[in-house]
Amino acid sequence: MLGRLSWAAFPHEMIVLGGAVSMVGAVALIIAALSYFKLWTWLWREWLTSLDPKRIGVMYGVVGGVMLVRGVIDTALLRTQQALAAGDNPGILTSDHFQQIFTAHGTMMIFFVAMGLMFAIINLILPLQLGARDVAFPFLNSVSFWLFAAGAILVNVSLVIGEFAATGWLAYPPLSGIASSPGVGVDYWLWSLQIAGVGSLLSGINFLVTILRMRAPGMTLKKMPIFAWSVLGSMTLVAFAFPILTATLAMLSLDRLLGMHFFTSEAGGNPMMYINLIWAWGHPEVYILILPAFGIFSEIVATFSRKRLFGYMSMVYAIGAITFLSFIVWLHHFFTMGAGANVNAFFGIMTAVIAVPTGVKVFNWLFTMYRGRIRFATPMLWFMGFVVTFTIGGMTGVLMSVPAIDFQVHNSLFLVAHFHNMIIGGVLFGYFAGFSYWFPKVFGFTLNERLGKYAFWCWIIGFLLAFMPLYILGFMGATRRLDHYDASLGWQGLFIVAGVGVLVILMGIGFQALQIIVSIVQRNKHRDTTGDPWNGRTLEWSTSSPAPAYNFAITPKVESRDPFWEAKQARGKTLPLQHATKEYVDIYLPKNTPLGIYIAVSSFVVGFSVIWHIWWLAVIGFIGVIAFIIIRSFDEDTEIKISAAELKKADAARLALHEAAR
Amino acid sequence: MHSIRKNFKIIVSSAAVGLAVAAIIAITRGHTFAVLDPQGAIATQQRTILIIATVLILVIVLPVIAMTFAIAWRYREQNTKARYTPDWDGDGRLETIWWGIPVLIIIALSSVIWTSSHALDPYKPIASATPPLQVQVVALPWKWLFIYPEQHIASVNLLKMPVGRPVEFTITSDAAMNSLWIPQLGGQVYAMAGMNTKLHLIADKTGNYRGSSANISGTGFADMHFIASAVSSDDFATWATSVQNSGKDLTQTSYATLARPGTLPSPDFYRATDATLYDTIINKYMYPAGTPPDGGSMEHTMMGH
Amino acid sequence: MNALNEKNKLGFWLYLMTDCVLFASLFATYAVLRNNTFGGPSGAELFSLPFVLVETVILLTSSFVSGLLLLAAQAGNKKMALWWLASVIILGLSFLGMELYEFSNLIHEGNSWQRSGFLSAFFTLVGTHGLHILFGLVWAVLLFYLLAKKGLTNGVIKRLSLFGLFWHFLDIIWIFIFTFVYMIGAI
Repeated sequence: MLGRLSWAAFPHEMIVLGGAVSMVGAVALIIAALSYFKLWTWLWREWLTSLDPKRIGVMYGVVGGVMLVRGVIDTALLRTQQALAAGDNPGILTSDHFQQIFTAHGTMMIFFVAMGLMFAIINLILPLQLGARDVAFPFLNSVSFWLFAAGAILVNVSLVIGEFAATGWLAYPPLSGIASSPGVGVDYWLWSLQIAGVGSLLSGINFLVTILRMRAPGMTLKKMPIFAWSVLGSMTLVAFAFPILTATLAMLSLDRLLGMHFFTSEAGGNPMMYINLIWAWGHPEVYILILPAFGIFSEIVATFSRKRLFGYMSMVYAIGAITFLSFIVWLHHFFTMGAGANVNAFFGIMTAVIAVPTGVKVFNWLFTMYRGRIRFATPMLWFMGFVVTFTIGGMTGVLMSVPAIDFQVHNSLFLVAHFHNMIIGGVLFGYFAGFSYWFPKVFGFTLNERLGKYAFWCWIIGFLLAFMPLYILGFMGATRRLDHYDASLGWQGLFIVAGVGVLVILMGIGFQALQIIVSIVQRNKHRDTTGDPWNGRTLEWSTSSPAPAYNFAITPKVESRDPFWEAKQARGKTLPLQHATKEYVDIYLPKNTPLGIYIAVSSFVVGFSVIWHIWWLAVIGFIGVIAFIIIRSFDEDTEIKISAAELKKADAARLALHEAAR
Repeated sequence: MHSIRKNFKIIVSSAAVGLAVAAIIAITRGHTFAVLDPQGAIATQQRTILIIATVLILVIVLPVIAMTFAIAWRYREQNTKARYTPDWDGDGRLETIWWGIPVLIIIALSSVIWTSSHALDPYKPIASATPPLQVQVVALPWKWLFIYPEQHIASVNLLKMPVGRPVEFTITSDAAMNSLWIPQLGGQVYAMAGMNTKLHLIADKTGNYRGSSANISGTGFADMHFIASAVSSDDFATWATSVQNSGKDLTQTSYATLARPGTLPSPDFYRATDATLYDTIINKYMYPAGTPPDGGSMEHTMMGH
Repeated sequence: MNALNEKNKLGFWLYLMTDCVLFASLFATYAVLRNNTFGGPSGAELFSLPFVLVETVILLTSSFVSGLLLLAAQAGNKKMALWWLASVIILGLSFLGMELYEFSNLIHEGNSWQRSGFLSAFFTLVGTHGLHILFGLVWAVLLFYLLAKKGLTNGVIKRLSLFGLFWHFLDIIWIFIFTFVYMIGAI
């Protein structure tokens, strides 16, 4: 009846139990609070069932933020273990638990934090920047988000029921095969990624069509903001890379469930095929994450330097080059697998070549600042931190592109330091910069600058403390994923320093949380009544903050790359935009619908029941998915009308407020 | 007053950096920086390439970081004397320069990549007057088995090698994927079931060097390290003879016991008379039980081999 | 409405492209595992080309018929459109039936997907195509219902044309499977 699920699946070990209890407690607390304040109906009507990308974006952000906290707490546990477990000291975690935690850490940080924050920012900003009312497929967008959320919840359920994979975040077979990992851990990994991955794939298609078909009149591709270009590159990669992930995860599942032999060592399987496939997805994935961060920095540097972005076309070519090259470098993740010298050299050189367009982007940013008037608000601090950490990370990355060097640092803590340099210093700093830059656009008030700066300094110092020692440890021969080591190796001091770094980063997250709370409390003091708190350049700043559901009362018309800035220059600070139509016209917006949630819940049921081999339930879940899709496809009453008169009235109120603010 | 505060910040941050460096030196003093302290020809060459590549990249990285701060400082909002050209958004010559310079550096680096990938191909035998010592390596859960086919002996978690003589490792795994890494002698190649990989290393000085698995392979992974002990060829011969005379035989049966998951606290030694053992370890993944191949072994291959 | 059609069409093309990448991954895996029979039978011993040829003809015909279906729909001939759609469904079902028959025969003879890497890759590649056909058939049945109930409205024609794209796409994938799996395998 319940497959493999029994009481034994619930945690028994002290620390695991602690994690599970605090998780369940937090969820119970949230449910209690929502019930006490009678917020369920509001939450359901206004948020959960919403198809407005601005709301979906906020929900992505919330999930990403919560997962970030979990991911960093995991890190704290890992580094505490490593700081203690030298010699005979067993530390606080068993080997198995330690391995589950680092697997969960990597999985969550990439799939649910980085991807989540990325989709948050794209949802919140991309349609606004394009002068569009919505994304191309609003319902699909809701499905994507809820699939993402279902995947995230599945990872967290593994903390309470069962276990997580102990294989490393990419679960190489044969270790992840049924013979070496018979438990449910790898299945949790597979299904959470499969469900969230399908969501990401759908998002990729959605945003590609949005960019290619929904731009405001006059916005040719060459007049599109660089952030939109970077999203175009990133989503192209999603469309090409995520199907590979889907196929690869499916094959590993088939090995585990049906006894197939894709990636088993015996019976004609080939584990190397898995490693090739997973990195054929995995390397583009890194660029999927970093390209939007590049785009965000491009917007921020231009805005805060109060100057046009330097070398726009260079930037576009660089994005194109990176997008293309990221597909022909995957083998550099396993130079040590024994490929021939020609093969290794080819992939090494291709990898090094990526440094060229990336370097060009850095130069263009510097020359955007050159002869500008730079204001060092928090987003700009993140940019400065990014340049330093990212160039260090880029340098160590180019080092590892040389196979002969890679042989000596591969899978050591040097590698770990390198990719955290890129993912924290590059990706995360980029998203944090975007967060403080666009926060007023989303919520209508600016964030507390002082606390934002404290958060930045904690992050950058914590980052350096946490990862510079890892480069040294790598040179000392320390491999990654060790839960204990000989005291005589002299690694303990550096692990302790790295652990302190994690604490400083945790303080940074604390400041970020405090920043949000304080800013909410002081929101009336920092209202953004003009819709343009930073003297912005692109269309999103031309509408009110927060933007109305329809984004723009009249669709804007675009004639240059910085349409809003140009308009402000030309006509002072009022009524800054040319419009496509003179008059207000009726518009249609998608109606809220819970079907996206239902599809995701059914998918979750499928995932959970296949993990535990509860086949009847899996069938029910699967039928649910199909049924809800069919129900949606028969639904014809999906839009509500906003009349021209209503629009005119609302817009007049906005402009009056804007006038008053002047 | 302002300048004192500014200087104060600089003093504090320099002091912090200095302290950090001093602290790192203090806590790592007396310990080996294995990758930077090579004891064999391969590792030495790898370090040389590391240094060359680092210098090449620093040529561009250091100016970039310096420029970032210089430009940020010069064009800060408060400095109204600095030139401000809000509409200046491109310059063909400048952009050509910064497409060009990285291209040149990457061309230089590419030649380093190409030559070093061939010169330090782990499959390439090391030129030497003496033929290489053959060692067959089997990654077991969670210990390393070294078989010396010419000496008819085997050791677990201890690799003895004569100094100054190349060693040709033929590597496989009888479990999850592992990676054989001895940083001071050079690294590193994966060990995979049903497959042979190769690694050529040499020790230039006698000594004990730490080796380990660099790829996660299950619960006991952290204990999967060994000592590579480079000794004089006389000592090596003596050691081989003593192991030959020790009692234990490495047969299919004793191998099966050894191959069970578990860690091994101290090294173990065997007489290895069954010359086919290594091939059977590979072949059992490649052929159904009871259908041995007609001579030789078949294995998976990786691109380019 | 036109803009909406534009979006849907581009979106659907992009989806087909991602599906292509999915199949490409499976093809690549099949190519790598093709000779890994682990002492079991190879493609040459298992595949019956005449049988597969019949399957192929059926699927190609159904693809042709789906073209006729669109023509009828655009001409506003509801009755013909219903007929052609029904034919597509019947042909699709026959194809699927033959595939299942082939699969069950293989399994019956002890050559299931558990036998070797080659057979795992074979069953998965061909089966994934079959699964797509199954989804296509579910879709076709729904369209049949819509068409019968609502007639040739804009919305229905739009859906029929997307279905046509999907069906042609599956045809093209099958031609690759026929060539690379069955024909080359039979040699």
